[in-house]
Amino acid sequence: MKQENVIHVENLTKKFGDFTAVNAITFDVEKGEIFGFLGANGAGKTTAMKMLIGISNPTSGKANVAGFDVFTNAEAIKKSIGYMSQKFALYDDLTVKENITFFGGIYGLTRKQINEKRCQLVEELGLQEITNELVGSLPLGWKQKISFSVALLHNPKIVFLDEPTGGVDPITRRQFWEMIYKAAHQGTTIFVTTHYMDEAEYCDRVSIMVNGKIEALDTPKKLKEQFKVKNMNDVFLKLARG
Amino acid sequence: MKRFIGFVKKEFYHIFRDKRSLFILFGMPIAQIMLFGFAITNEINNVDIAILDHSKDATTKEIITKISASKYFSINQFIEKESDIEVVFKKGKVKAILNFEKDFTKNLITKKHSNIQVITDATDPNTANTISNYVNAILQNYLKEQNKNTTSAYQIVPQTRMVYNPELKSVYMFVPGVMTMILMLVSAMMTSISITREKELGTMEILLVSPLKPFQVIIGKVFPYIFLSIINAIVIILLSIFIFKMPVQGSLLLLGLESVLFIITSLALGILISTISATQQTAMMISLMGLMLPVILLSGFIFPISSMPVPMQVISNIIPAKWFIIIIKGIMLKGVGLQYIWKETLILLGMTVFFIGLSVKKYKIRLE
Repeated sequence: MKQENVIHVENLTKKFGDFTAVNAITFDVEKGEIFGFLGANGAGKTTAMKMLIGISNPTSGKANVAGFDVFTNAEAIKKSIGYMSQKFALYDDLTVKENITFFGGIYGLTRKQINEKRCQLVEELGLQEITNELVGSLPLGWKQKISFSVALLHNPKIVFLDEPTGGVDPITRRQFWEMIYKAAHQGTTIFVTTHYMDEAEYCDRVSIMVNGKIEALDTPKKLKEQFKVKNMNDVFLKLARG
Repeated sequence: MKRFIGFVKKEFYHIFRDKRSLFILFGMPIAQIMLFGFAITNEINNVDIAILDHSKDATTKEIITKISASKYFSINQFIEKESDIEVVFKKGKVKAILNFEKDFTKNLITKKHSNIQVITDATDPNTANTISNYVNAILQNYLKEQNKNTTSAYQIVPQTRMVYNPELKSVYMFVPGVMTMILMLVSAMMTSISITREKELGTMEILLVSPLKPFQVIIGKVFPYIFLSIINAIVIILLSIFIFKMPVQGSLLLLGLESVLFIITSLALGILISTISATQQTAMMISLMGLMLPVILLSGFIFPISSMPVPMQVISNIIPAKWFIIIIKGIMLKGVGLQYIWKETLILLGMTVFFIGLSVKKYKIRLE
């Protein structure tokens, strides 16, 4: 059976005046895949991601996300994707329960659906004790997990994660990746940017961006073979140093 | 619609859980109106004066009694010599001294003319002016009574009548101004801060990635403030009616509608500010410097526009608060209807449309 592509990008380019932030990138992401989108700071990954989630207009090229064109149908894309940014997406002065209700609401879930989802979430993450606590009082690891679950509330086809694990301890990162695997297993496509090269190893495929271009794209295993190194960290260093 | 209600509910959580914004929203209006109503006033009441009476005869005694009987003055002390004048003023409590010349009654009878010197402490020029006017009025009054029986050749008696504020209460002047200031503060500053807060926290990005349209986000954010501003306007009007006994002569409905219009003008300004500032701090500074100062200085709230230099008068035209103050003064004090203030209303409406248009344009640019 042929795999279905949920993201299809061809020569996608973004220019800010004379500066080309994203330079004709081309790639496909398959359904249910964990796609690692790597690059140094300023390499253009956030800009590229912003074009895919419909909050930044591309200068030229083609991009199709979840079956919709980013130029003409950005609004439809928004309904089929989830997004979690590096700054946490939850409101600190709202309780866990209120956050879930709010985000469920803006994605158009009914009250009944929201309640079901919430109960399920509380169960899975063991949130019984803290549903009525303000999010601001929770440790970072918890915020992240809840944030990720909130991004999945409306069963999006694709979840975009922009450096989701910045600043948390290795154990929490591990748990977080378990959640990512679980979501991917259930058919959600994961598009994730990260700085941690050990996380890159967890991805099905990774792309590495350098100065606005994708310089490498393959499974972590093949990339390591191609560059004749032992781990992703060395692959990254070889590419980034050029 | 359900999304909208959910959004507004979230906004109210933000507002009611933040003590600082709660204080600005509800503490400020009441504090301001009380401050302006009670503390800051142009009226004089029980001003301490001193008397230097060189004659101590029947007429001077009568005049002194008359003055001390009025509610405006109370006699603090009698002094005996000219050199005490300086001493008394320097102590600061006495604001005016009446100096009756020697042989007051005798001069009055023989020369048909005698002098009282009114010396006022003009460190506060407004008060000094008011005091000397009041003293004059009392003396005129006294003279008129005395002359009732004698037939003098002819007399011109000015009959001054202060319309719309017969008792010259300063609260009549402050209420419209304070109301304008509060509505501006709550609507413009609070909304611009709350929008930039979402930007700062990164939640704005999440909202923009959601299926909510940008204008839905903005309307959802400003709606609670429309509601709270209306409550504030009502509180201010009630306070002024029941505590300061300031009448609302015109239609309450018209006053309400005009207030809503001004609230929307301010919200549009708030949105505009939020589109040009990246942080809450910037939004607050721009609101304070760019909105509050002009409201206080250039809108005619405290300083009359007609006595400003011409360039300032020209600038004052672009300040929405100026027009709103004219409108609500008209409605509250003069009881005018729309036929007298349609021009000001139209100007305000035009400004609102302009600000909304501009912020919609700016907002889109920011999304690119």
